[in-house]
Amino acid sequence: MNLAALTDCLTSASCLVTQTTSGLIIGMLLFLVAAGLTLIFGVLKVVNFTHGSFYMLGAYLALTVNGLTGSYFLAVLAAAAGVAAFAFVFERFFMSKVYGSNVLMQLLVCYAFILILDDAVKIIWGPEFKSMGMASAFQQPPIFIAGGIIPVFYLFLIIVTLIISVALWLIITRTRFGTVVRAAAVNPSMVSALGINTGLVYSGVFVLGGMLAGLAGGLAAPVRSLTAGMGFSILIESFIVTVIGGMGSIAGALLGSVLIGLVRSFGSIGFPLFVEGLMFLLMAVILILKPSGLLGKEG
Amino acid sequence: MTRNRADLDRRTVLKGAAAGAAATIFAPNIVAAQSKVVRIGMPTILSGRVAQLGTSSRNAIQMEVEKINAAGGLAGRQIEMVIRDSKGQPQEAARVARELVNSDGCEILLDAEASSGSFAVQEVAKDLGVLVMHTNSETSSLTADPKIRIPLAFRSCRQGIHDAVVSGAYAAEIAKAKKINRWGTCSPDYAYGRDNTQLFVEYLKHFYPQAEVTTEAWPKLFQPDYTEVITRVLQSKPQALYSALWGGDLTSWVDQANIYALFSQMEVFAINMADYTVLTAVKNLPKGIHSATRYIKTYPNTKANAAWGDEYRARFKEYPTNWSWENWVGIHFIAEGAKKANSADGKKIAEAMRGLKIDCPFGADGTVTMRAEDQTVINYAIGWGATISGEPYVPEVTGANWDTILQLEAEWKKRNNYT
Repeated sequence: MNLAALTDCLTSASCLVTQTTSGLIIGMLLFLVAAGLTLIFGVLKVVNFTHGSFYMLGAYLALTVNGLTGSYFLAVLAAAAGVAAFAFVFERFFMSKVYGSNVLMQLLVCYAFILILDDAVKIIWGPEFKSMGMASAFQQPPIFIAGGIIPVFYLFLIIVTLIISVALWLIITRTRFGTVVRAAAVNPSMVSALGINTGLVYSGVFVLGGMLAGLAGGLAAPVRSLTAGMGFSILIESFIVTVIGGMGSIAGALLGSVLIGLVRSFGSIGFPLFVEGLMFLLMAVILILKPSGLLGKEG
Repeated sequence: MTRNRADLDRRTVLKGAAAGAAATIFAPNIVAAQSKVVRIGMPTILSGRVAQLGTSSRNAIQMEVEKINAAGGLAGRQIEMVIRDSKGQPQEAARVARELVNSDGCEILLDAEASSGSFAVQEVAKDLGVLVMHTNSETSSLTADPKIRIPLAFRSCRQGIHDAVVSGAYAAEIAKAKKINRWGTCSPDYAYGRDNTQLFVEYLKHFYPQAEVTTEAWPKLFQPDYTEVITRVLQSKPQALYSALWGGDLTSWVDQANIYALFSQMEVFAINMADYTVLTAVKNLPKGIHSATRYIKTYPNTKANAAWGDEYRARFKEYPTNWSWENWVGIHFIAEGAKKANSADGKKIAEAMRGLKIDCPFGADGTVTMRAEDQTVINYAIGWGATISGEPYVPEVTGANWDTILQLEAEWKKRNNYT
């Protein structure tokens, strides 16, 4: 524990700028994965354990497309589209068969696909880790604001993720699809009775969630080492985020992600040996004070 | 009730079948024992996050066993390698090692495991009384600690204490020249990362007492995002940073530190950087990262080393790793030991290997020696240098002084009651 360092940091503009932006970037990428996870849970009431693998698949697809085209932009698009397509097939042919089943059966299907996707990655891309490299547009010195350091690439990621968050909010709150999704989350039988194909709604939600995870994988690929199984650690953190924010709440996922990012960022200054512990401590405190999560609905 | 002929016939048939089955089951071991083949069992990591290390060990062994067999094998007996995946799990390594001896008829074990697995394999070798060559475990206590050491266990790879002395000496020279007193560390939070870093700091201070560690960062193993670790290091503004990160974690960290321009703000010493696995994976390799030589074909700068690196690359379409050369040393010590003993018997080979010196492309002077007192290899080529972004990656290497290593190692052993 180094409270003096934390106090120094909180009173220093440069440290505040650096640590706040680093907290935001940790949180923003987490949000993209957690948003999909919480969206799927909110509507389908299914905990999609393969979500981390979607993130991994997105990163590898981006690696391949980036290698073929040299374009990071196309790579990210391909990651989102490719994983969305995979999520559609996965949902239609596998997950939809176990919607009514008990959690154990759903877990089994998801776990099987985690193993299958990990092995598929090893077969297609090889067992050794890969690095995509930074797009030349972002290979430039970081920006210094009030003495704090902000990498250009991270600034780009924060802006892109914020745009996606707003777009997601608009889709859910201001479109017919969003209205149907929210209705299906509350009362799927009524939605079905009104003549809406709920299967299609479920599929759409699953694809949207998968697309977000693929997008996160593609966006993060230049600064991540790509290996089979890389989705596991992000899945754990995404679960923490969804629990903190409230299962099923997208706004909660955003709040939870930013909180986790800031806790990690400032925690590493004040409690360098207890950063992981801080995350779980935060989750435990929130669960005790508000078991449904910060923005989750009671009951 | 009398037995009819049909019953008798069936019993006879059943007895015959049982005898046949027994013969089939036990035949391989009997045949193996009597044949000219000597089986060497090799547990290694062929799946999981560090599978490439195991694969590169297997590749090197296959390449060298072909040569040894062409030259007559072990005292006239051809080597047959039996290679099994331990998945990097110690309990699996122990199970596989036991099975290799008991079921597959292996007479020698070539343990190409990481340290955690090697200690488990050592226990199996002790229990079964077979010769074991540890080819990749860098944990010094495996052979240094008399409570762990066994007469039939040898080590053919680099080890932590040697690396620490060389690293400390090299870093201290640069610290003296550039007046670098404030140091930071950033290493993975598990046994290897902690031990390696603690020993580095110990020897850095030994050679340059003014050095002071002002920041320590311990990211967890396989952590995907190092942002908070990087910004924390930047905030504390050390003049130099030491890291024992390795493999995919190191490439992630370099990629992420790069966009914070960390490498232009301090001297960075990353002991595991100069291995082709990492060097070729990092797309925007910064210039001037100091690293120990893990395996590069230009150090030692000899024809033999370059030729071996090229031969491996031509065959497997990638460069060897640190584990590859260590396995070369392991299998060639066994072969030379067998030649000296004129026997493929494990105990006789062990006796012959104690104190044996062999020609080696990876030796500091073209040879390596299996030190008799603790049955571990010494005099291998080890050095430090700064990276450039392309081949040869580390153009100038400062080689180690083995007299200094051995002197400080002896003092370290004394301090730890290993003598």
